[in-house]
Amino acid sequence: MIMTNTLDSSIVAEPNTNGKNVVIDCKIRNLYYGKFRAVRDSHIPVEEGQVTAFIGPSGCGKSTALRCLNRMNDLVRGFRFDGHVHFRGKDIYHRNVDPVAVRRYIGMVFQQPNPFAMSIYNNVAFGLRLNRVKDDIPERVESALRGAALWDEVKDKLKNSGLSLSGGQQQRLCIARAIATEPTVLLMDEPCSALDPIATRRIEELMTELKEKYTIAVVTHNLQQAQRVADKTAFMYVDTSDGGRTGYLVEYEDTGQLFEDPKEEYTKQYIRGEFS
Amino acid sequence: MSNQIEITHSFAGVDFPQLERSLRHPRTLVSSLLSLLTGFVTVVACVPLFSVLFMLIYRGGKRLSLSLFTQTPPSAFESGGGFGNAIVGTLTMVGIAALISVPFGVLAAVFLAEFGPKSKTASAVRFCAKLLTGFPSILAGVFAYAAVVLMTGSYSAPAGGVALSILMLPIVMLTAEESIKMVPHKMKEAAIGMGATQTQVVWRVTLPSAMPGMLTGVMLAVARASGETAPLLFTALNSNYWIMQDGNLALMEPTASLAVLIFNFSGVPFESQIELAWAAALVLVLIVLAVNIGGQVLSRKRVTR
Ligand SMILES: Nc1ncnc2c1ncn2[C@@H]1O[C@H](COP(=O)(O)OP(=O)(O)OP(=O)(O)O)[C@@H](O)[C@H]1O
Ligand SMILES: [Mg+2]
Repeated sequence: MIMTNTLDSSIVAEPNTNGKNVVIDCKIRNLYYGKFRAVRDSHIPVEEGQVTAFIGPSGCGKSTALRCLNRMNDLVRGFRFDGHVHFRGKDIYHRNVDPVAVRRYIGMVFQQPNPFAMSIYNNVAFGLRLNRVKDDIPERVESALRGAALWDEVKDKLKNSGLSLSGGQQQRLCIARAIATEPTVLLMDEPCSALDPIATRRIEELMTELKEKYTIAVVTHNLQQAQRVADKTAFMYVDTSDGGRTGYLVEYEDTGQLFEDPKEEYTKQYIRGEFS
Repeated sequence: MSNQIEITHSFAGVDFPQLERSLRHPRTLVSSLLSLLTGFVTVVACVPLFSVLFMLIYRGGKRLSLSLFTQTPPSAFESGGGFGNAIVGTLTMVGIAALISVPFGVLAAVFLAEFGPKSKTASAVRFCAKLLTGFPSILAGVFAYAAVVLMTGSYSAPAGGVALSILMLPIVMLTAEESIKMVPHKMKEAAIGMGATQTQVVWRVTLPSAMPGMLTGVMLAVARASGETAPLLFTALNSNYWIMQDGNLALMEPTASLAVLIFNFSGVPFESQIELAWAAALVLVLIVLAVNIGGQVLSRKRVTR
């Protein structure tokens, strides 16, 4: 961790049943956008050094749940959250916690590549400067770009605008930007949805490499992708019984288990492709 | 002929679409006529612009020489002389106006676009700014006369600057607001997702990304302000002397400007001064042009930085 410790990270993580450390323990009782109840009763632990995938039909609240984990939803007007998100044992929704500090530990990669309108180098150095890192910025930028498997493609044009890269390169630049500050957890919301199969493959390989150092939570629409990259998978579904469209967690399991022998009927139907 | 068309239209029983352009079709005919019309109107619209430019270069170019920039205006029956003092005066006053209007305009735009875009304050401010863009420039002069000249007791460059800044402010503010709004939301989201505070997002992401558009607005405002005459008549008046005299900055004295010089000299019956007015007009246009090009180059540098 290279940042100023506003949020105490020394607290020991809660152990899970199978012995892995849970970095983020997310329990959503009710989550509202204004009057609309978007998600209810979902308990999703994110384990250290693992890739946790969120799957489910469109509109079931995958992005919403993911964005809860670093308080990105705070930007939405009318957002209300009932539940807790324990990051290393600390509730990030506690009123003493600064959401800005939370986001420095829990980074995010978005669905659409969104580099800043500045050079490739400055894109990656952005987070370092935010955290007032003064030393070794060039080295850190290089290692972040290597970590995102982009270094060889851009090493000769670090001064070019980040916007001049291709979509897949831009997304890897965003990943480099996110890992430059060495966050504890990396959240990715459909990071490959704007990319072609080859770029998608590279990002998937990248996730597998990155989980050595970081904990990853990823939303994906692509079931094969979840099977390829995720250790744990959370399946969410929409409940329309009370007239609303409230998402909830149906099943959370080891990926292999969930895809081969799902316990719930909805999960079975979904992975058989009977609804999307 | 008609036979051939038959053949191209129906080959082995399949109908081929007619793809060739033909003036016999009313649609193509109307389209060509409209293209012609727009071209013609464009040329007509350019006639005044180019004739002004031509006259400026033709009449003003004759007097172009180094002494124009180093000397002060001649009196009625003298020949020669220049308007270096008026150039310095214009630059000073436009500079003062920019120093006032750019920070205010940009910060107000940040408020309008980022902090309270839908608030009552914002719509009131936006409405006033729009009104102010059409504000008669002479009233800006009257205002600065009352606010600065009467208060300080003298016509001066700062008074002229204040008057010009009133005209620049709404242009700077509204274009800056537009360009801040053009910064994609996802870019700001990225910064927030990295743990940037709202202030950091504004300073490090929004404003740098909006810089090219804001610079364009400032350039527009500078161009407008440097040509304004009426507000300066009440505030800076005119002068035959340099703003720097014997090493002293005579800031609180009446100050010359190109626009007022053109206004004064174009109405006199003396050939030398009329020529000088033409030359001053050319120089004014060149200054505005240089500022614009400079701004474009700067903003392009910023983008790829
Ligand atoms: N900013 C918002 N304001 C109001 N409602 C929202 C907002 N964002 C999402 N919602 C609603 O919350 C529900 C869950 O949305 P969410 O974006 O989390 O779905 P998702 O599972 O990510 O879907 P997709 O797979 O299509 O991205 C949807 O019904 C959506 O309309
Ligand atoms: Mg989504």
